[in-house]
Amino acid sequence: MGFLLIGVLALVWELAGRTGLLNSFYFPQVHRIVARLFTTVADGRLPAAVAISLLRGFTGYAIAIGLGVTLGVLAGYHRFVYNLIEPLVEFLRPLPSPAIIPVAILLLGIDSSMKIFIVAWACFFPILLNTMDGVRSVPPALIETVRNLGVGYLQTLWAVVLPAASPVIFTGFRVSLAIMLILVVVAEMVAGNTGIGFLILDAERSFLVADMYAFIATLAAVGYLLNRLLLLVDRKVLAWHHGMTALAAP
Amino acid sequence: MTLESPVLAVRGIGMVFNGSDGRNTVLEDLTLEIQEHDFTAIVGGSGCGKTTLLRIMAGLQKPTAGRVLLEGAPLTGPGPLVSLVFQHYASTLLPWKTALDNVTFGLRGNGTDPRALRARALALLDAMGLAGAAGRYPWELSGGMQQRVTLARALIRKPKVLLLDEPFSAVDEATRAGLQDLLLTLHREESCSIVLVSHNLEEVIHLSRRIVILGGSPSRVESLIETSEDLTREVLRSHLTARRQSDA
Repeated sequence: MGFLLIGVLALVWELAGRTGLLNSFYFPQVHRIVARLFTTVADGRLPAAVAISLLRGFTGYAIAIGLGVTLGVLAGYHRFVYNLIEPLVEFLRPLPSPAIIPVAILLLGIDSSMKIFIVAWACFFPILLNTMDGVRSVPPALIETVRNLGVGYLQTLWAVVLPAASPVIFTGFRVSLAIMLILVVVAEMVAGNTGIGFLILDAERSFLVADMYAFIATLAAVGYLLNRLLLLVDRKVLAWHHGMTALAAP
Repeated sequence: MTLESPVLAVRGIGMVFNGSDGRNTVLEDLTLEIQEHDFTAIVGGSGCGKTTLLRIMAGLQKPTAGRVLLEGAPLTGPGPLVSLVFQHYASTLLPWKTALDNVTFGLRGNGTDPRALRARALALLDAMGLAGAAGRYPWELSGGMQQRVTLARALIRKPKVLLLDEPFSAVDEATRAGLQDLLLTLHREESCSIVLVSHNLEEVIHLSRRIVILGGSPSRVESLIETSEDLTREVLRSHLTARRQSDA
């Protein structure tokens, strides 16, 4: 049903272009956009740009997960770690991530490492905060029971605290996935000459408006697919949580 | 260890908490001995420190004074020899693990033969009437079934002392009666001492051989009563009331 609406809107756009209701320079007809989409896929420009953007995005995302989850578990579990990092986190967190781009360019140049850094920076905070919240919401009785069972410190963190907090941690993953795509495109638009962000900006500057819309539509499709993929992982990994909440629902 | 030496001894313990309203002394100079294969119940008013006492006996809380001895040696921390079953049992089960995996949790990879471990867990679940529920998740089980899983999880470690903090307070009357019978059977068959904290006087009289009454402010052991045929709810209630009046 939802896809049908997209089809209808595309049809309206196409007809509006053909009847002259829409300026075809600013809003090229849909068939021209689709044709450019096929051309840029066939010549390899678009797949290459998407691939490099995703590689940068997922590398930064993975770094953010590694750091955010590790630090989040420690800060959520140990009060002194929380007290230590909380002022710094609250100072840096409200900073809009694009404001870091000049610093990143200064330190890392305009290559992939800068874009990976920006993505990691932006994704880190939601993952850190959700992990801390998730860990702090683990029932104390569960931790005490596990201690009473003679389970060691590392196993408690790995096999009890982390799974118990995982529903909240996954919320951080989902929020950060959207941020990842935004930041990788912004960073590519600001500096460099590769990636889907650069392609969109380059098409606009070259007055290749149909190409620009084709690239934007591709980006939307990538975002949609990534979110669906994470939902699938979520359903698989947190099957117990969904079963439990479905049972508890009135 | 001689027959008379206690398996768990609490010697002159005190517990002071530092709260927002200053120092709060909950327990003072409390001494208690749990003999081998004993069934002791602890009763007392709300907030008298029963749960704190159990947590100290389990090694989860370090007392501010005194010490706890397990088989004559100082208890330095929590361990499987003293198992504590919490009042809020539902939040102590791992919801992402099946009943069977909850029972064996933490024991895999400890040098225990996995097949023997699984067999013992299944036997315990069977003894608890949960043979058909081994593969189900805790949230798929009723409150009474969840509580039996926590008992099986405690017993698989073959504890010397099993501490139960109001274990049946959140289940209905019929389930409670079934769990009480189960507990008596387990006490007969398993070689562990049981310490039960409960507000239910009939339950205490029905299950235990010895009743420890905590009272005073801060709390200490006020009375030790051996249960007998003559001990009724009214007699026990009169003990508790007399203590409260003398405290007042």
